[in-house]
This record gives sequence, structure tokens and C-alpha cells, in this order.
Amino acid sequence: MTTSGMVRQFTGRVWKYGDNVNTDVIFPGKYTYTLKTPEDIAAHALEDLDPEFAANVQTGDIVVAGSNWGCGSSREQAVSCLVLAGVRAVVARSFSRIWYRNALNNGLLALECPAFVDLASAGDTATISLTEALVTAGDGRTAAFKPLSDDVLRILDAGGLIPYIKQQMAD
Amino acid sequence: MPGQTFAQKALAKAAGRNSCAVGEILDVEPDVVLSHDNTAAIRRIWEEFGQDRVKHPDRMAITLDHAVPAPTAVHAQNHREIREFVGEQGINHFFEAGRGICHQVLSEEVVVKPGQVILGADSHTPHFGWLGAFGAGIGRSEVAALWAQGQLWLKVPATMRIHLNGTMPDGVTAKDFALRIIGDMGADGGLYRSIEFAGDTIHAMTLESRMVLPNMMAEFGAKNAVICPDEPVLTWCLERLAMHRGIESGSSAWADLSDSLQDGCLYPDADCELESEHHYTAEDLEPYIARPHSVDDVVPLSELGNVKVDSAFIGTCTNGRLEDMSAAASVLSDRRVAPGLSLVIIPASSQVLQACIELGYAETFTRAGAMLGVPGCGPCMGNHFGIPAPSETVISSANRNFRGRMGTPSADIFLSSPAVVAASAVAGRIVDPRELG
Repeated sequence: MTTSGMVRQFTGRVWKYGDNVNTDVIFPGKYTYTLKTPEDIAAHALEDLDPEFAANVQTGDIVVAGSNWGCGSSREQAVSCLVLAGVRAVVARSFSRIWYRNALNNGLLALECPAFVDLASAGDTATISLTEALVTAGDGRTAAFKPLSDDVLRILDAGGLIPYIKQQMAD
Repeated sequence: MPGQTFAQKALAKAAGRNSCAVGEILDVEPDVVLSHDNTAAIRRIWEEFGQDRVKHPDRMAITLDHAVPAPTAVHAQNHREIREFVGEQGINHFFEAGRGICHQVLSEEVVVKPGQVILGADSHTPHFGWLGAFGAGIGRSEVAALWAQGQLWLKVPATMRIHLNGTMPDGVTAKDFALRIIGDMGADGGLYRSIEFAGDTIHAMTLESRMVLPNMMAEFGAKNAVICPDEPVLTWCLERLAMHRGIESGSSAWADLSDSLQDGCLYPDADCELESEHHYTAEDLEPYIARPHSVDDVVPLSELGNVKVDSAFIGTCTNGRLEDMSAAASVLSDRRVAPGLSLVIIPASSQVLQACIELGYAETFTRAGAMLGVPGCGPCMGNHFGIPAPSETVISSANRNFRGRMGTPSADIFLSSPAVVAASAVAGRIVDPRELG
């Protein structure tokens, strides 16, 4: 089975946030049973964290954050709002476990790379290389991360858990 | 080979194995898969698989609780789609709007049993550790995958053990202990970990108090949390299951049920590998408050200072049980809610509400000027029933105080035990019930 697969190297613009960013500020709970269209969901991304984000985010941007990114609710819109807004990867010191699973399951790259969090600044660029397991800042400084496991890459390459299982069912 | 932790045993069993290693990834078949008002959205994901029938309808449990009764036509339509799906798929463990909050209802109905694994599209699913089950929160796509396939990968977590010994001082509750732990070690202190609670104080707690601890470990980053099942837990399960199944006390069916519940229990081996151990003394605990906007910004109530409040909320899967209602009624008896302040009280289930009526708490609440709500999640995540005005200050018995959690980003949310919420509603500022004249 061939898939388009996740691009192994890309560069994006950095948005930078702090520790313990929770799912309520990423995607408020009051919208969870009412907003359904991709446009509506994307329009409220990070609404209570950074009111500038949804209006200014560009396709291919990268979010960089501190520890425990995505703590709180299990709501999957806390991932899908970022995907729909065009975010290509989130690099953090650590992730809450449900958010991390949701990211993988929605084909969003989530990288634990504390060294890059220290290097990164908002508005700078970051280049992520999955083959070299390196993130490079705009000034050329690099930070290494633990290479993704084959299990994780297979799901990301399929575009998420649902397409991955559909492939398995078809094979 | 060293012994196995509770998490190792529970996940190995659910994967059809005798043992497993920490860090190993297993394909686990959960005994119960939970969803709630998000079921219609999960159905839309599941439909991508092209299946007519879910694989194990008997393993699914669905409650309507997050926005009940429906605050808008959009929410009502969502509930209607869930009811249609439940009918089509023949799902027996379906609990209608008004029955209560998923974690409370599934506990009352013993849909989950000791030693079982429950995965839920709700972050407070660690709750079920109170009865010795492995509960973990997952996402909507994962629930859809479970409906289709019946199994899901899980990584076996390392274990932290938290001990509590001694006698809890008056006015100090399980909620205070949970806040103290999260305050001490941070909102990511238990990240990816299995938390095992141990110690004589834990087993001296009422079952309702015990439920608070694994439930609140969601705010500690934990994957699951557990208290070893003892006699009171087995009695709770046995009596309720026997009643549902029409089994008479003392019959052979009763003895069989009792045996099967005991056989299901899983206990960590004495020589299991613990990543860390933490010891607390009950006498050192006091009432605590989590300040906005983080559950780990915890201070002793005695050091909080003067905080005026505009509204107060008692309820949720964390603190909406009968003993919480009892604590609130003790404070509110012959007292009035402060002028201009709103106090909303929402029992966690219809059984709790019924008991509040029978015991006279409902009358105490309404006489005090409180509003008594329909069992469900209420304003906890900002859907309805007590949304604060901009810049208002809320004292709540819930589990989260994140910015915007209750629907208003500029509101400040403080978290405490139910008795402190009730006392604060009377005083108009956050106070210890013992300070009320």
C-alpha cells in the first residue's frame, strides 16, 4: 500500500508558548458539541491563549511550547483545530498523554525536544528533519530529538489512526 | 523476574498475556469503552470504516451528561443522533440525560468491575481506579477504532506509589489531599504514570471519598490511578450487581458472583518495581485551594487571604456525591447564601439527587437560596447552568480552573472541597466552614 507519507524535512515559522498549556485555552469546552465545520473549528484555535493566533497563523507554521502541552480534557479538537489552522508540527518539552495520542492519531507531528524549546523564539523559523532527528533554528543552531519509532511513523505516514486502520483492513 | 505493578497486571490481562514490562506497547482489549455527548461525533469518525455494526456493543457504555438537558437545539440534535445510534447498534449500557455523570453512573451501576480495563473518551476515566479497575482517557478517534476493532495500543506506564497514613483532621477531605499532591509535584508530576494509592488512611476513607483521588489524578498528568480493592469495594459491587440481576443475598448465585468479583481483583506484587514512592501524613494536611488558572497553584486555605466571590458551584464527577451534598447541607442548614451571590448545586447522579430529597438536603439547599440542578456536568466546562460573567470570581468543587474553563476567559476560578464552597457562598468570600459564626 502506498501513501503520500509525511514529508521528512520542512521549515516553518515559530509560535512560542509556555508550560502547562491546557486544552481549554487551545479549544474552549463550550464549543465542543456545537462547532463542526473545519473553518469554525480552526477559527477558535488557541482562542483563550493567544487571540492573535487564529487570524495570523499560516500553513506550515510550527508551535513550540514548554512542558505538559495539551493537559486537561481529552477533546480531540485541541489537536484538529491546529491541523485545520495549518500547523504542521508541535515541538514541546513534554506533552500530556491524551493530547499526544490525539496528535499522532490526527497525523500531526508532535516532537519532544527540550533543547529546541530553549533555542526557539517566536517569529523565527524552525527546520525539522525526521531523517536526521534534528530541529534547526533560523540562526543554524541545532537540537537533537529521539528518532520517531517505526510504529509512530507508520501512523503519521498514513495520515493518522483512522486512515492507518483503513489501510490495514484493506490489506 | 521482579513482581508486577497493578498497571502491568491489568494491561497484561487485557492483552491476553501473563505479564508485561514497563514501557512495552501492548494491544489491549478493554472490557468497557466509554463515551458521552461526544458519541455522535465519534460515530461520524467510525462511519469512515464502512462497518454496519460495532464489534462489541456489549462493551460500550454511553451516557448523556455533558450538556443536559440540552441548552440549545444544536445540543438537542446531538443527543437525538446518539439515541438513534444506540438504538441501531443495540447498546444496553446507555444512560439517558438526567441519570448522571458517566463516572458516577458507571460506578453506581458497576458497569466496570475490579481488575477490568476501561478506556473512555473523557479525561477523568482514571476515576475507576477507586474500585481497582484500570481507567485511562483516550481520544475520539481511538474510541472509533475500538468500536471497529475492539483493541487499541497502550504503553505500559511506570508506577508512582503515594502513601497516606494517619488520621485526617476535621474539615480535611480527599479533595484536599489531591490538591496537595498536585500542588507539591505539579500538573505534570504524574505525567504518563500509573499512580497507586496506599496506606491506612486511604482504606479508612469512605468509598465516595476514595473516588475523588483517582479522578483528580487526571490533573496530575496520570495515565491511570488505583486504590487496591478491599472488603467495602467488593460489597459495593456485589450488592449493586446482585440487585440489578435479581440475585438474592445468601443464594448460590450470590456466592458465585462474590467469588467472581474477588477473582477479578488485581493487586501489585510485593516486589514490583516502583519508579518512586511518596509519603504523606494525614495530620499534616489542611484544607487547600487551587488558585486561577492552574490546578497546581495550590495554597493552604489559611494562607489564601481575602478573596471575594460572585458565584459558587458544588457538583461534578469529582465532588458531586452524597457525602459532598451532606457536607454542603451541614454548612447551609439555617444559613443563607450571601446577597447577590449565586450558588449552584448539581448532584452527580439521579441516585444522589433522590437521596438529597429523601434526606432533606434539597429543602436545606433551596431554603438557603441555592439553585439545585439536573444531574450532569453542569457548568464545569462552560456549556450552561452557571456561566460566570466577565471578570467574576468563582469558587467551585470541580477539578479544573483553567482560563475559560467555565465559558468566560476573564473569570477567575478557585477550587476547593464542597464544604469550603458552601461556606464561601454564605460568607461571600472564600472561608473555612469552621470560621462561620
